[in-house]
Parts: sequence; C-alpha cells; structure tokens
Amino acid sequence: MRTTEDTTNVGQRQTGKPHNAVKSFAWQGLMVLLCVAMMYPLLWMLRSSVVPETEIFSSPSIIPSSVSFENYAKGWDANPPGFGRFLINSLIVCVGTVLGNLVSCTLAAYAFARLRFPFKGMLFAAMLMTVMIPSHATLIPQYIVFSEIGWVNTYLPLIIPKLLATDAFFIFLLVQFMRGIPNELTEAAEIDGCGHWRTFSRIILPLTTPALATTAVFTFIWTYEDFLAPLIYLADINAYTVPLGLRMFMNAMGNSSYGQLFAMSVVSLVPVFLIFVFFQRQLVEGVATTGLKG
Amino acid sequence: MTAKTTMKVRHSTRRSRSEARAAYAFLIPWIVGMVALVLGPMVASLYLSFTNYDLFTTPDWIGTRNYSSLVADPRYIQSLKVTFTYVLVSVPLRLAAALGLALLLNRNMRGMSIYRAILYLPSLLGGSVAVALVWRQLFGREGAINQLLSLFGIQGANWIAEPDYSLGTIIILAVWQFGSPAIIFLAGLREIPKELEEAAQIDGAGKLRVFRSVTLPMLSPIVFFNLVMQTIVAFQAFTPSYIISKGTGGPLDSTLFYTLYLYIKGFTEYKMGYASAMAWVLVAIIATFTAVYFISSKRWVFYAAGDDK
Repeated sequence: MRTTEDTTNVGQRQTGKPHNAVKSFAWQGLMVLLCVAMMYPLLWMLRSSVVPETEIFSSPSIIPSSVSFENYAKGWDANPPGFGRFLINSLIVCVGTVLGNLVSCTLAAYAFARLRFPFKGMLFAAMLMTVMIPSHATLIPQYIVFSEIGWVNTYLPLIIPKLLATDAFFIFLLVQFMRGIPNELTEAAEIDGCGHWRTFSRIILPLTTPALATTAVFTFIWTYEDFLAPLIYLADINAYTVPLGLRMFMNAMGNSSYGQLFAMSVVSLVPVFLIFVFFQRQLVEGVATTGLKG
Repeated sequence: MTAKTTMKVRHSTRRSRSEARAAYAFLIPWIVGMVALVLGPMVASLYLSFTNYDLFTTPDWIGTRNYSSLVADPRYIQSLKVTFTYVLVSVPLRLAAALGLALLLNRNMRGMSIYRAILYLPSLLGGSVAVALVWRQLFGREGAINQLLSLFGIQGANWIAEPDYSLGTIIILAVWQFGSPAIIFLAGLREIPKELEEAAQIDGAGKLRVFRSVTLPMLSPIVFFNLVMQTIVAFQAFTPSYIISKGTGGPLDSTLFYTLYLYIKGFTEYKMGYASAMAWVLVAIIATFTAVYFISSKRWVFYAAGDDK
C-alpha cells in the first residue's frame, strides 16, 4: 500500500513538476506585468523629471535617455520662498497633527476600551457615527470661528482639531487594539495599587506601540497630502504646505516648466515613499485590521 | 454576611464611580472636540443653511430659499450628476479590482509580500496633488497614454480637455487606488476556514461554484464594510477634480464634483449659507446611501454562526 502510494506520488511529481513550474512562472509573469502597469504613472513621472523638456512628450518611455537634475535645481527655487520652505512648513504641520492624534486618540481609546462608565455605549456609537460625517458639514462654521479668533494663516486650524480627537478612525483602531490586551495585566497593576493613569501610561500604552505607530504613520501621510484644509486656511505663500506649493506649478504652467513640475512632484512624494519603505508593515497591517481608507 | 456584602457592594460602587470619573477625565479632549468641532458646527451649519451669509455681515434668515435655489441651479444639478456618476462607477470598479487582486495574492505565491506592497503604493500616493498633476499630463493630448496608444495605431483623444472623457480620467485615477480595499479583502480571505472550500470541492463544486457559494458569502461582511467606507470616501473626493480641472470643474463642468462646487460657492463666492445647505444635502445623501446599504445587508451579508460582529 505504502509503496504504491509513494510511486504514485513520485509519478505525480514527475509529470506535475514541469507543469507546475510553467504555471507558477505564468502567474509570476502576470504579477510582474500588473505591477509594471500600476507603477507606470509613477515611473513615467520619475523619468520625466530627469530628462530635458523636449523629451518628456516625445516618447512614452520610462527609461530616460540621459539623466540631468537641472529640473530639480530650477523647480526648487521656482516659486519663492522655495520648495524647501514648503517642505519645512508641511513638516511642522505633520509633527503637530501626529502628536495631537497620538495624545488625544489614545486617551479616548483607553476610556472606551478598558473602563466602564455610564452612557459608554451611546458615546461609542456617536464616536463611530462621526466617521460617516463628511468634513464639509463642519467646515464652514469651523472656518468662521477660526477666522473670528484670528487663526487664519496659522497652522492652528490644522493642528488643534487633532488635539481634540476628531479623527474617530484612530480612536477605533486603538480601541480594537487595547481591547486585545489581557485583563490579567491591568488587574495585577491595580492590585499593586496603580491608579487608572498609571495603568494607562505604564501598562496599556507600551503594549499599544504597534497601533500607535500605525496611527502616527497614517496621520502623517494624510496630513502631508491634505489639500483642502491648507487651501482654505493658508493664504500667505510663506505659510504654504507642499500641496499648495505644487499647485503653484499648475497655475503658472507655461510650456517650459513641465520638467520642474515633475521634479517637484517627485520631491513631494519622497517623504511618503520613505515612510512606505520603512513602515510598510504598520501600513499594511493597519489597513488589514481596521480597514483604514488609505 | 449581609454586612460583608453591603461592604462589598459599597466598595464596588465606589470603585465604579471612581472608574467613571477617570473615564470622563480621559475623554475630556474627545468630548470638547465632539461638542466644539463636530456637533456645534453641524448645528451651526444647519442654521446657516437657512440664511444668507457672506462672512462679513450678520446672517440673514431666508427660510428654505437656499434649498429651493439648489434645485433650480443647473450647475448644482450638474455637480450632483458628476458626483453620482463618479461614485456609482468608480466604487464598484475599485472594489472589483481589489477583490480580483486579493484572490490573486491569496494563492500564496512567491514574492507575494513584495507584490502586495507595490500594488498598495498607488493607494498611498494617489490622493496627493503630485499624482493629480501627473495624471493631467499623462492623459494630455501629447501625454504618455496617447503615445502608448499610437504605438498600436490608435489616435487618442484630448482626454482631459474633452467633456466626454475628462471625468473618465478621474475615475481611472480612483480605480488605480484599489490597493487598500484589496488588503482588507486579502485579510478577509485569510480568515475563511480552508475546510469549507475543500469540503465544497469534495462535493464536486467547480472553482467558480466554490467562489460563488462559499468564498463570496464568507467574504460578504468585508464586501459590505469596503462598500460603505469607499462610498463615503468617494462622495467627498476633492483634490483630483480641483487639480485636474485647475479649480474650475471644467471642461463644461464635466468634472464639477459636489465638494468642488461647495468650495467654489463657500470659499470663492463667500455664499456661506448656500454652501451650508449643500453640505447638509451631502450629509443626507451619504446617510441615505449608508442606510440603504445597512437595510439591504440583511439580504446579502452573511455572518457565520458564532461570529459576534
């Protein structure tokens, strides 16, 4: 019995192996093709940023005939105060929003995930509901108030809402994560005399690090790419963030600045790309576990 | 005995009261934000939607006139058409592409995590101004798409500048970002017990039948979740239409998204009351879509027994 089974297996392997190899080769080929097609717009942008103006629209190739960084040098200073300034401005806003979200969302998440209190179910449902509310419903009154108190042309309207836990999505993500921490750990801490604050800061917070990383990474990227809020609140060029700096290329685009446009587009994507490379796991797992819109 | 229990009860109520106090302390930032930045503004914008308000003079109560002007505003009707087309075409296409990719990646092939990462990248970058600007050039008259088409002897149109195609380019941009729903689908596919599909195969079901009768029902909660989230996000799309149409919604208002028109009314014409009415109609539209999804979900979303979701 055993021998026949072995021989059939061997037989299968002999006939099956070349077939499987061809099949898996075909699948790999299909995936590579799909990846190239998906990456094409980005590769085309990269190539167009390093070639002379005349070459950009003369061929659809993604391989440059020669490489020059002239477009980068020109584009960097094309719109005073310069792209460096826009990057620094964006960085300031991003650091503010990341810190804001980390602090406010973890505090709220701890209460929802680990504590019992009256009206908890109702408040939690209300929190989830806010995910559905389009930002436009609150945009106009927020703008009126922020302009009344003189916050237009500052970064406060972009950062303060994050300090007040308005990104319900991250509260939800952190709640899900904190619920998974075993009760024994916090009970032991309570027996040792830890209050809620110490339980939160010494036990829960360190164990929540992966979800905190996901929150930080997504907050950074969404803030960095956000266009509507800066468009509304920032009128002074010196305060512009990267998306507004890029928009200037759209408005001022003559026939001779496409290369610069592409070069600065590439520069603007570098921070997001670096985060993608270094925090790929947090990004993918963040999306997989809670369905962040990404 | 009784003394002991009352002590215990008293102790536990005191404990639960202190727990409630602590909870509300932790919730202070969220409650302030909820009242000052969500509920307050929503009530305020509901009020403003019944007024004439230009930001500089006091709001002037005009009843439902903003809402009746909306119905009579051809540009508003156009923005509704554009947005509904965008949502109803791009969301199903994006989800179909996402599900297809997830099924491909679920085969446990070599290099899976690399492919997953690469195909996810457009989702991460696609919402940016940079990509929208690139899209504008990619689909321009002399852009790479037409260059590629000419290799096959096809004379491409001026995709961005012709009203028949301009919205299509933005829909393609949206579908291109199918990576994040794909990752969610993939995570869902991993949760389906292998035995179920194997059992169906042993019963003689073909691959298509297994997919339709086992995989898809098991995946339906994820389909539902993705559908709800992607619809909500799609209704709020703004950056691509702003950048690709240079802030005008053109050509011929063919890319005048709802949010873009709201922005134009509110922040370039300072018709804050009108824009607030628009915002509230958008809230109602999204709420209706979500409600319809939830009601219909009883018919097509399958929750496995013992699943407490």
